[in-house]
Amino acid sequence: MPLSQSEVLAGLAEIVNDETGISADAVALEKSFVDDLDIDSISMMTIVVNAEDKFGVKIPDEEVKNLITVGDAVNFIVGAQG
Amino acid sequence: MSRKIVVTGIGATTPLGGDAQSTWRALLAGESGISTLEQPWIEKYEVPVTFAGQAKVAANQILTPQEAKRLDPSSQFALIAAREAWADAGKPDVAPERLAVEFATGIGGVWTLLDAFETLQERGPRRVLPMTVPMLMPNGPAAAVGMDIAARGGVRTAVSACASSTEAVANALDRLLSGAVDVVVAGGCEAAIHPLPISAFAAMHALSKKNDSPATASRPYDVNRDGFVMGEGGAALVLETEEHALARGAKIYAELAGGAVTSDAHHITAPDPEGTGAARAVIAALKQADASIQEVVHINAHATSTPVGDIAEYVALKRVFGEHLENIVVSATKSSTGHLLGGAGAVEAIFTVLALKERVAPPTLNLDDQDPAIPLDVATSPRKLPDGPILAISNSFGFGGHNAVVVFRSYEG
Repeated sequence: MPLSQSEVLAGLAEIVNDETGISADAVALEKSFVDDLDIDSISMMTIVVNAEDKFGVKIPDEEVKNLITVGDAVNFIVGAQG
Repeated sequence: MSRKIVVTGIGATTPLGGDAQSTWRALLAGESGISTLEQPWIEKYEVPVTFAGQAKVAANQILTPQEAKRLDPSSQFALIAAREAWADAGKPDVAPERLAVEFATGIGGVWTLLDAFETLQERGPRRVLPMTVPMLMPNGPAAAVGMDIAARGGVRTAVSACASSTEAVANALDRLLSGAVDVVVAGGCEAAIHPLPISAFAAMHALSKKNDSPATASRPYDVNRDGFVMGEGGAALVLETEEHALARGAKIYAELAGGAVTSDAHHITAPDPEGTGAARAVIAALKQADASIQEVVHINAHATSTPVGDIAEYVALKRVFGEHLENIVVSATKSSTGHLLGGAGAVEAIFTVLALKERVAPPTLNLDDQDPAIPLDVATSPRKLPDGPILAISNSFGFGGHNAVVVFRSYEG
């Protein structure tokens, strides 16, 4: 069964916390990965690959540049779930 | 006016301890940092050598998970040692453009490289971590240290196998003497206790195979020595101009009086049996220190416990010091720490500095039956060094025919 938006957000927050040490509570839908969370491109690629593994989805490289906010990523993952 | 360069901070994480002072105390107490390896890969690969000197305090006990995740183990050791040295020096207030780093490694990020290859084979290229390149590059440790202390006066990496970090200290001296910078964090690190480097060193018969008695396997100058014992860790020194140190009221451990690097061009791994290249390095370093051979009271020898290496170093020392050699107290501290490869020179530089400061030559373990071909005066228990102005040298030699020597002088405040 596909995960809900809040379940994906919680899972993504865990990945972000693991990679960067940013508190999971700070990983909110409206936050920008770069401007608000100060996540660099290398961390972003690691987060993407870990999210692919965790949620069983494929996030194409050309899509990553469109994932500006946490909400963008959550919505993409929710939509991409089989 | 000639410029003096002094040591104002030290830091280390070694098989003997998680910091410089506990390492030094364990060394003086005659402890061995060598033990049997329990890792599953020992059995998996049937690695022929089953012991080494592992860091006494694991790096992940010190660093945050996020720091550790982005750094190869070699860089983790570098950062831990450099932070300790920097704090020990009182975190000098220096313009970033006048602060440099010289941090060496022998092998670089070998764990990262080989883990990444395993990931590639098992899970494909997309799963190879994007941090792989900055983690495996040999300048990774220097860069990590440089970023941590905001050094913008140049961050460099000497890579000359087991001579690497002595070369880094010598390079730091040059930079300080040239007036380019006021403070340098110099050091070295290694994290190569991995089945591949162990197998490779064993294949060339460089390692001791005394699997049944790890603590007595590293036995420099003993007739029953059969190779070196791998160690891991890192060490760092804060070096600065005396003027800069005095102006900020820093404590001063010793003067870094000379440093020199030469090369053998003889054989890729074997030392020159005549010891001429090594001797030239000692002479050049003493010349830079404006010192006579009679002033030298202590040598921290390279002495890895290999049959040919220990003799070659003796021949070189005899060539330089002649009859005065019998008045010099020699310590072969790899008998306690194992051989930290690219980190060895920095660890031993710290031992040399502390020997001068505390007027004690540290002990050499396992010298039960001294090789008659090496009639050195070896300290087998802590040995008092004379009062007054004294000099000590630390030697490092590396595969490739690299010879690096640094000279320290006691500092009278």
